[in-house]
Amino acid sequence: MSLSDAIGRPGISPAGNSPAESWGEWFDRHSRTFFIAPAVTLILIFAIFPTFYSIVFALSRVRFTADGLQFRFVGFQNFAKQFFGNDQVHFLGKTDSMGAFGTVFLVAVTAAVLWWLYRSLAITSWVGMLGRIVSATMAIFVAWVMAASLLSGNTIGTLLTTLFYVFVGCAVQFAIGTGLAFLCSQPILGKNFFRVIFFIPLMVTPLGVGYAMKMVADITKGPFEPLLRGFGIENWVWSADPWAARFVMMICDSWQWIPFIFICMLAALENVPRDHVEAAEVDGASSIQIFREITWPQIVPVAVTVLLIRMIEAFKIVDLPNIMTGGGPGSSTESMTLHSLYIWRSNDIGTSAAVAYLLLILTVVVCASFFNYVVLGQLRKARA
Amino acid sequence: MSFRKMMTCMLAAGVAVSGLTAIAVAGEFDGVTVNILTRPGYVIAGRLAERGKEFEAATGGKIVVTEVPFAEIFPKIQNDWSTGTNSIDVGVFAAGWGVELDAAGLLEDMDPYVAKDTKLDLADVAPYFREFGQKVGGKTKLLMVDGDFQMVYFRKDVLEKAGLQPPKTWEDYLDVASKIHGQDMNGDGQADYGSCIFKKRNAQSYFAIQTVAASFVQTQGTAQGFHFDAATMKPVVNNEAWKKAFELYKETGKYGPPEELNMDIGDTRAIFKAGRCGLLIEWGDPGPLQLDPDATAVKGLIFAVGAVGSKEVLDRATGKLVPVTKENAPFSVDGINYAPFAAFGGWAGAINAKADQKKKDAAYAFLSYMNQAAQSNVDVTIGATGYNPYRFSQLASTDLWVKAGMPADLAENYMGAINGALNNLNMASDMKIPGAQKYTGVVLDTELARYLAGEITVDEALKNIEAGWEEVTEDFGRDEQIKAQALALGTGN
Repeated sequence: MSLSDAIGRPGISPAGNSPAESWGEWFDRHSRTFFIAPAVTLILIFAIFPTFYSIVFALSRVRFTADGLQFRFVGFQNFAKQFFGNDQVHFLGKTDSMGAFGTVFLVAVTAAVLWWLYRSLAITSWVGMLGRIVSATMAIFVAWVMAASLLSGNTIGTLLTTLFYVFVGCAVQFAIGTGLAFLCSQPILGKNFFRVIFFIPLMVTPLGVGYAMKMVADITKGPFEPLLRGFGIENWVWSADPWAARFVMMICDSWQWIPFIFICMLAALENVPRDHVEAAEVDGASSIQIFREITWPQIVPVAVTVLLIRMIEAFKIVDLPNIMTGGGPGSSTESMTLHSLYIWRSNDIGTSAAVAYLLLILTVVVCASFFNYVVLGQLRKARA
Repeated sequence: MSFRKMMTCMLAAGVAVSGLTAIAVAGEFDGVTVNILTRPGYVIAGRLAERGKEFEAATGGKIVVTEVPFAEIFPKIQNDWSTGTNSIDVGVFAAGWGVELDAAGLLEDMDPYVAKDTKLDLADVAPYFREFGQKVGGKTKLLMVDGDFQMVYFRKDVLEKAGLQPPKTWEDYLDVASKIHGQDMNGDGQADYGSCIFKKRNAQSYFAIQTVAASFVQTQGTAQGFHFDAATMKPVVNNEAWKKAFELYKETGKYGPPEELNMDIGDTRAIFKAGRCGLLIEWGDPGPLQLDPDATAVKGLIFAVGAVGSKEVLDRATGKLVPVTKENAPFSVDGINYAPFAAFGGWAGAINAKADQKKKDAAYAFLSYMNQAAQSNVDVTIGATGYNPYRFSQLASTDLWVKAGMPADLAENYMGAINGALNNLNMASDMKIPGAQKYTGVVLDTELARYLAGEITVDEALKNIEAGWEEVTEDFGRDEQIKAQALALGTGN
């Protein structure tokens, strides 16, 4: 046994050291482990264990009895029925017929993704390639669902509704939030007042936002009723029209989350060095040129990070559609989280867990792809 | 609340408290708290809380009423009692849901309590509610606080003005709705609606569609049922009868409020009380609800039709609709098959079998107190309670209702409609088998909502319902479900 081996174990000490001292040294050497152990243990108990335990639910049919829960293993049946069974239309939408536009879109996306994969062969490791294959598979799958349902004039399911909230909602929120932040970073009168006002919606509980928006958006009795009547809109309500309902949901969600983008982007804008901007002004650059060439490159790492955080949060949208429409009309405003909630509420815990896992996979793949191919890219550019 | 009604309530409460002291020894339940879970709002829950105060004053037992959204009542109770959490002692829910909880051994048998209870007077409870609502497997497992049927209501003044008769068939319903739609029915200068039905998902829409479908599907009496083939438990849903019901139901939307797809029962009640609806499908509540102070626009004007029927019925062998004859629909009247639907079966209270004995005793005493005629005969006449009649002493005469302020002709009509439905030999029972809530409240409700929203066709909706019901049946076990269905329809041993 070498000396280094010996002192790696407690109670065995080099000549001249007492056993007590060697224990102390051993503790010193492993103190980092001991300090983080409680946190790791808590995470294992409260986060990791439930996540893995829920796999048991997702692979079972669960019955409630006087003796507690009874599990019956059903394999991947709870997952399969979302793709091939009774719940397929609910989850994926109607995909039985694909129109010409949908076909062209699918072929174009597939070709672009495959070309991207082919080009990646030369520049990435096998681990990176594996990640890119997963991202590409998800992109082609989502493109197929979109082509067969939305672009072929068919009904969409909770999968695309969720992606609508995520991509369209986040884009709108980012554009408006960044615009407001840019305005408030300018030397305008009362900008501190506007900063506070714009930030308030983020502090309201989502349930409160849901009920408030339900009243505000009620176009038969709400505050906009006279306005709409003035435009001759009397016998139309957004809550009975699937796409109108989705857009209203997205707008209400944006009302709450624009402040998050706003406050982060404002901080980023205020950190842009003034001397760079002043130098450009002295050189005669226009406002647009200054924004494009100086401001934007400096805030883009913050922008993509904020967008990533917002996207992760947006995948979990549940309060607004639950309160405002109950997921309706039909299931048109139902996100995957709400889909899972409604199934869970009927005590079908296995299927609920399966839908939750599908959401987890979708969120991880989309957000990890965004992080790897967009956020990291922008951060590397900024460093360069 | 009017002065007269307030005095009636106070007097009744006084009598009730004095009656209660007779059956329960003061202080008998000191220190005992009974936790009750039920639906939100004053309807159902409000009266439980008010009567709970009286019960506490008389016995010392504290009644705590917790309210949760309608769709969460059953799963929360099932979850709480099954996992041993036992934070709920009493659940007040649809009588038909009890069978699934009882199959899991979660319901307390009330027969021993009933045997000692001299005040309950079960003989006064109408047989349907006593035998179907309160009993599971021949034992009393629930006590009713409410009795439910869905009926069609019409604005008498509006139909008379238009020279129209109340609908007898669902085609008539559409015809009447189309003719009165757009009229100003409450004098506010705004166009009002021919028909109002709660069509929001996760609410009460799945009851209304069954009210429409029952008369097309059930022809051979209550024991036939209209959801399954009793011998095989194969769904009787993917056929022309349910298709017609779905299509008619959707078409009522043409004459309804534009936001009807997002309206639950609270929303439709608000607009019919404001005088904006010509026809509506509802439980027994609109009768007394029109006496409320906020319903002056419709007081004495909303009359009931016990059942709306069909001139065509399902031929189960072919899945096609055929004209009504005395052979294929022996209970038909004038070529119309009626099958009034006992939607929901009424709200009933059940006791957690795993609760402490002292809590069970207090819980039974309270449920008995709610059910007894002294309290119930007052509660059912107040529209806001959500309680509808289920005792002979409430159904036999119009006296209670006239005393409560209902015009005599309306009371006559209201009692006539309920009694007509209750005594109809082809009355359609709500599901009372394990998984009942999932069959209807989840599968039927979701597919119906998607069809109404235009997401899927009627054929797709019915196919999905058939597949969904088969899945639930397989999950609970087909043989067990066949036995449960036979018991529920009164054909089993």
